[in-house]
Amino acid sequence: MPSKTSALRAALPHAFRHTLPILAGFLFLGMTYGIYMTGSGFPVYYPLLTSLLVFSGTMEFLAVNLLLGAFSPIQAFLLALCIGARHTVYGLSMLEEYRPLGPKKFYMIFGLCDETFSVNRAAVLPGTVDRGAFMFLVTLLDQCYWVCGASLGALFGSFLPFPTQGLDFSMTALFVVIFLEQLLKERSHLSSLLGLAVSLCFLLLLGPDLFLIPSIVTICLLLLLCDRHAQKAGKKEGAGHE
Amino acid sequence: MNETQQLITLAVIALGTVLTRALPFLLFPAGRTVPRPIRTLGELLHPAVFGMLVIYCLRNLQPLTPPYALPECISVAVVVIVHLCFRRTLLSVLAGTLCYMLLVQLVFC
Repeated sequence: MPSKTSALRAALPHAFRHTLPILAGFLFLGMTYGIYMTGSGFPVYYPLLTSLLVFSGTMEFLAVNLLLGAFSPIQAFLLALCIGARHTVYGLSMLEEYRPLGPKKFYMIFGLCDETFSVNRAAVLPGTVDRGAFMFLVTLLDQCYWVCGASLGALFGSFLPFPTQGLDFSMTALFVVIFLEQLLKERSHLSSLLGLAVSLCFLLLLGPDLFLIPSIVTICLLLLLCDRHAQKAGKKEGAGHE
Repeated sequence: MNETQQLITLAVIALGTVLTRALPFLLFPAGRTVPRPIRTLGELLHPAVFGMLVIYCLRNLQPLTPPYALPECISVAVVVIVHLCFRRTLLSVLAGTLCYMLLVQLVFC
């Protein structure tokens, strides 16, 4: 049986090749994030700290906004849970693959972001490559790209030869693209439109500082209600066929 | 927020994020069935959250006073059009951000 080091060494070229597209994306977005965070007046070590410990692009961009607002740890926690909710699904579908792996699985669970999940879920490897070592390296490389990008942006953002006013729009643009992409792909627009409509209602009702928590709670309740309704309808239908 | 409050906020965010990733492994060792509400929210919440985040990003728009939220509206339109044409996330983000930066720095300043 090959040693752990040699298994990692053998898997490295494969992991690198599979994560190349992510390298470009994470360096670019990471740098934007680093510039945005430090440009908003926060210390250089914040982007480094968050890219190491939070490692969720969406949440990190949002964190800048949260830090600029009033102190509200409950809102921050709820947002982190909602934004991370999809990772729970990733975890569920990786349960069996990650479970038998040794201590490295704890890091792999921590680093299970969208991009890492999509590579690890779909990768087809030659039989000689240890899958556990490969998935570990994919997780590690992806985070390295992100940390590098964020640090570069944080360190060198202030030396950019042009004014960066308006750079914060990159977050809006990113979320618009993600939203648009899901509209183009999803079969049912129920959840997307519900999110849009409920938050817009609460924004108009309560104003920009208070609308987030009521929106989150209402969206969750409505989704559970819809699901229960669908479940009942499905059961009735099932009974009708019998 | 002072620095302590900022670091608490960041810690809470880190905790919430890692919790969502660790939840399946903490709660469901060796093939226990996952309660339906958790599975439902895990699958359905994501699209709604990004709808909410788009609204969140645009929460401070003031469409009734000059410049009538024009920089944001134009730039969002640019993002949507570029993305529908090319379907390349980075390109769309870059185009929209550049458009917005030019508008607020040179046109609506």
